[in-house]
Amino acid sequence: MASVILSARGLTRHFGGLRAVDGVDFDLQTGDIHALIGPNGAGKTTFVGLLSGRIPAQSGTIALAGEDITRLPAHARVKKGIAYTFQITSVYPRLSVFDNVALAVQQTATRDLASDVAAALSRVNLADRATQTAGTLSYGHQRLLELGMGLALRPRVLILDEPTQGLASGEIANFKQLVRSLAPETTVLLIEHNMDVVMDLATRITVLAAGRHLATGTPSEIRANPAVQDAYLGGHDASA
Amino acid sequence: MRIWTLHLFTLAVLAVLLATLPPYHATNLARILVLAVFAIGYNLAFGYTGLLSLGHALFFAAGVYGAALPITYLGLPQLPALVAGLLAGGLVAGVTGLLALRTAGVSFMIVTLMFAQAGYLTLLYFGPVTGGDEGLVLPDAAALLPGLSADVARATIAYALFSAALLSSLALVQSRLGRTLVAIRENEDRSRMLGYNTFAVKLTALVLSGLFSGAAGAAYALLFGYAGASFATIQYSILPMLWVLMGGAGTVLGPLVGTAAMFYLVDIAGSYTTATLLFVGVALVLLILFAPKGILGTIRERWLTWLP
Amino acid sequence: MESAVTAATLALTAVGLSLVFGVMRVVNVAHGEFFMLGAVSAWFITTWVGGPAWASFLVALAVAPLFVAALAALADRIVLKRLDYEPEATIVATIGLMYIFQQAALSFYGPQAMPVEPPFNFRIQLPWFGYSAYKLSVILFATLVLIGVWLFLTRTKAGLVMRATQVDRETAQAFGIDVDRVYAGVFALGAGLAAIAAVLIVPIQQAHYLMGHDPLLLAFITVIVGGLGSLRGTIIAAVFIGLSDGLIAFFWSPTLAKILATLLVAMVLVFRPQGLFGAKQA
Ligand SMILES: Nc1ncnc2c1ncn2[C@@H]1O[C@H](COP(=O)(O)OP(=O)(O)OP(=O)(O)O)[C@@H](O)[C@H]1O
Ligand SMILES: [Mg+2]
Repeated sequence: MASVILSARGLTRHFGGLRAVDGVDFDLQTGDIHALIGPNGAGKTTFVGLLSGRIPAQSGTIALAGEDITRLPAHARVKKGIAYTFQITSVYPRLSVFDNVALAVQQTATRDLASDVAAALSRVNLADRATQTAGTLSYGHQRLLELGMGLALRPRVLILDEPTQGLASGEIANFKQLVRSLAPETTVLLIEHNMDVVMDLATRITVLAAGRHLATGTPSEIRANPAVQDAYLGGHDASA
Repeated sequence: MRIWTLHLFTLAVLAVLLATLPPYHATNLARILVLAVFAIGYNLAFGYTGLLSLGHALFFAAGVYGAALPITYLGLPQLPALVAGLLAGGLVAGVTGLLALRTAGVSFMIVTLMFAQAGYLTLLYFGPVTGGDEGLVLPDAAALLPGLSADVARATIAYALFSAALLSSLALVQSRLGRTLVAIRENEDRSRMLGYNTFAVKLTALVLSGLFSGAAGAAYALLFGYAGASFATIQYSILPMLWVLMGGAGTVLGPLVGTAAMFYLVDIAGSYTTATLLFVGVALVLLILFAPKGILGTIRERWLTWLP
Repeated sequence: MESAVTAATLALTAVGLSLVFGVMRVVNVAHGEFFMLGAVSAWFITTWVGGPAWASFLVALAVAPLFVAALAALADRIVLKRLDYEPEATIVATIGLMYIFQQAALSFYGPQAMPVEPPFNFRIQLPWFGYSAYKLSVILFATLVLIGVWLFLTRTKAGLVMRATQVDRETAQAFGIDVDRVYAGVFALGAGLAAIAAVLIVPIQQAHYLMGHDPLLLAFITVIVGGLGSLRGTIIAAVFIGLSDGLIAFFWSPTLAKILATLLVAMVLVFRPQGLFGAKQA
C-alpha cells in the first residue's frame, strides 16, 4: 500500500449557515492522480482551498506527509510542496509569459533562471510565446500558462481546479498527456466535471456532495456506486 | 544594456547641468534631485508594489529629524547624521508597515494618513525639542564637505545621493525582488499561491521606500539647513504621489521627470499667484482623469516598451 | 453646551461623509472643503443680502448648502463619474479637489478669518446657568435635519433607491435605477450636510479658507469609529466624540487629545474594521 502524502480529518468550513465543507475525511496517496468530483456547489473548490490554505479551516486537521499543517499559512504550504491552480484562471495578465513563469521558478533553488523558465515553458508548449503579454494569450493558453507556473514550483502535490474547463478537445488531449507524465513524482489532485477526463486519468476518485464525503474508490467502483448515481441524478450536474 | 546606458547618460547630463548652471538654478536642481529621491522611494511602494500610501510625510520627516535632532542635541557630525536619517526613515516605515499592512486599499490609505497625522501632531506636541512649526535651524551646507563652498557641497551631496538612489532602484526593480514587488501589485492572491509571503514582501518594500524617503528627508534638512514639523504635514505625503503620478508610476526615471516638471510648473505659477497649491490640485485631477500612467508611463506604452 | 454644539455639527458633517462612503464607496477627502465652502459662502451671502441679522442668516442657511450641493454634483459629474468611482483613483481626485477648493477660496475670499453675525443673540436664563439661545437652536436644528435625513432615507422612494444602490450597484442598475443620478444626488446631499453644519457654526467660529481641515479629520474619526458606512454608528460616535471632546480637553492638551484620537482611528481600522460600535461580520 502506497503512503499517504496529504490527509484531512473532519475538515469543516461553513459560510454563515451554509455547510460548504462538513466534516470531510480524505487521504491522498503518493503518486496518484486523484479526481475530486461532485455536483456544482458540492464544496470542491472550498475543500481544496482548505487544503492549500487559501481558506482557513474552522475545524479538523490537515497533514502533509504526516506533518500537521492545519495552521500553516498558504504561502508556507506552497513552499512545502502544495501547488494550486485556480478555478478561475489567475495569471499576471499585464506581465510577460516569461515573467509569469519566472515568478514560480525563482521560488525554487534555481541556478539559471532563464533556462529553467524556458524548460518550464516548453513543458506546456508555450516556449515560443515567452515575450508575449500574458493577458493577450488565448484562454486555453492562459490555462496552460497557469499549469506551467504550478509545475515550475516542482510541487509534491499539484491541485488543479477544473483545468480543462473551456479547453478545446485537442487541448484536452495534450493536457491529459501532460498530467499523465507527472506521475509518479508529482501527486495530482484534480477537480473535474468532464467525466471522460476523469475516467481516463484518475487512479482514484472521491465524490463530494453538499459538503460531505460521499465515496472514494477506483473509477470502476465509483461508476458502480448507487449512492453516487443518486447524487448525480438527483443533483443538478450541468456539465458532466 | 541600453537600459543602463540611458540611466548613466541621464546622470551624466545632470552632472554637466550642476557644474555649469548659475548658482541659483544649480541650487534649484539640487533641491529637485533630493526631492526626486523621496519620489523614488514613494515609487517603490506605490508604483512597483501597488501600496498607495498617504503617510510618506512621516518617513520623510523621520529622516529630517533623524538627522536634525542628533546634530542639534548630540553634536553628531553631518555625514553620520545623514545615515541616521536614512535609518530613521526605514525604522518608522517598518513600524508603520507592521500595523498598516494588515489593511489594504482604502483602509491602508487612511491608516497611513492617520499615522502621519499623529506623527505631525507629536512633533508639535514636543515643540520645545523639535521646534514645532518654527523648526530648528541647522548648520550651513558648507559644513557637510569642509573645504568646499556651500553651493558646491550642496550640489555634490545632492548629486551623489540621487545617483546612488537612481542606480540602486534600477538594480532593485530588475532583480528577483523587483519582479516579486510587481507581482504583488498585479495579483496578490496568485503571488501568495506561488509561495510568496506577501505580507513580508510588502513590508520589505515599505521599509526600502522608507529608507529612500528618510535619506531624502535627512539630505533636505542638511543641505538647506532647516528642520521643521511642516515636513510631516499631509502635503508632504501628497507631493511625492503627485510627482510619481506625473512622471509615471512604476518607471525608474519617472520620479525625476515628475519632480522636475512639477517643480518648474509651480515655480512658473508662483510668479502669477500666491495660490500655487491650486496647480497641485489641478495637476492631480487632470493626471488621474486623463493620464494616469504619467509622462514616462505613456511613453513606455506607446514607444519604448523596454523602459524599466 | 459647547460640546453639544460640537456633537451636533459633527454629526451632520460625519453623516454626510458616511453617506457618500456608504452608497458610493468614495472616501471624500474634499469633504472638509465643502464644509469650508459652506461657511465662506454664508459669509458672502450675509454680506450681500444685508438687512437684519436673522433675515440674512436665514437666506444663507437656505442658499449656501444648495450652492455647495450643486458644486458637489458638478464635481461628481465632471470628475468622479469619469473615474468610474474606482476607490483609489477617487481618493487622489478628491485630494486634488481639496486643493482646488481651498485655493479658490484663498483667491476669492482671502486669507483672513471673518465672522458672521448670529441671527439672534440673547441668553436663556435658567436658575443656575445661562444658555446662549443661538447655541441651543443650533443643536435643535441639527437634530431636526438629522431626523429629516433619517426619514428621507427610510420613508421616501428616493431614499429607498439610495439604499438599494448601496446594497448592490449592478442589481440596482438592472432594475432600471439611474445610478449616475443617485450618485450625484448622494454626493450633493453629503456635501450639503457638511455645508449646513458650517453655516450653523460660522456665527460661533469664523469663516477661514483653511477651516475645513479639523472637521474633515473629526468626521473621518467619527465615521471610522462608528463603523464605515453605518449611519447609526456614525451618529452614536459623533455624539460620543463631540461630548467627550470637552472632557478630554479638560485632562489633556488639545494636541495630545488629537494624537490619541488619530491613533485610535488607525488602530480601529487595523484591528476592528467594522468600527467600535458596528457588529462583527462573518
Ligand atoms: N466565500 C464564500 N462565501 C459564501 N459562500 C461561499 C463562499 N465560497 C463558496 N461558497 C458557497 O459554498 C458552496 C460550495 O462552493 P464551492 O465553490 O466549494 O463548490 P464547487 O463544488 O467548487 O462548485 P463548482 O463545481 O460550481 O465549482 C456553494 O454553495 C458556494 O456558493
Ligand atoms: Mg469549484
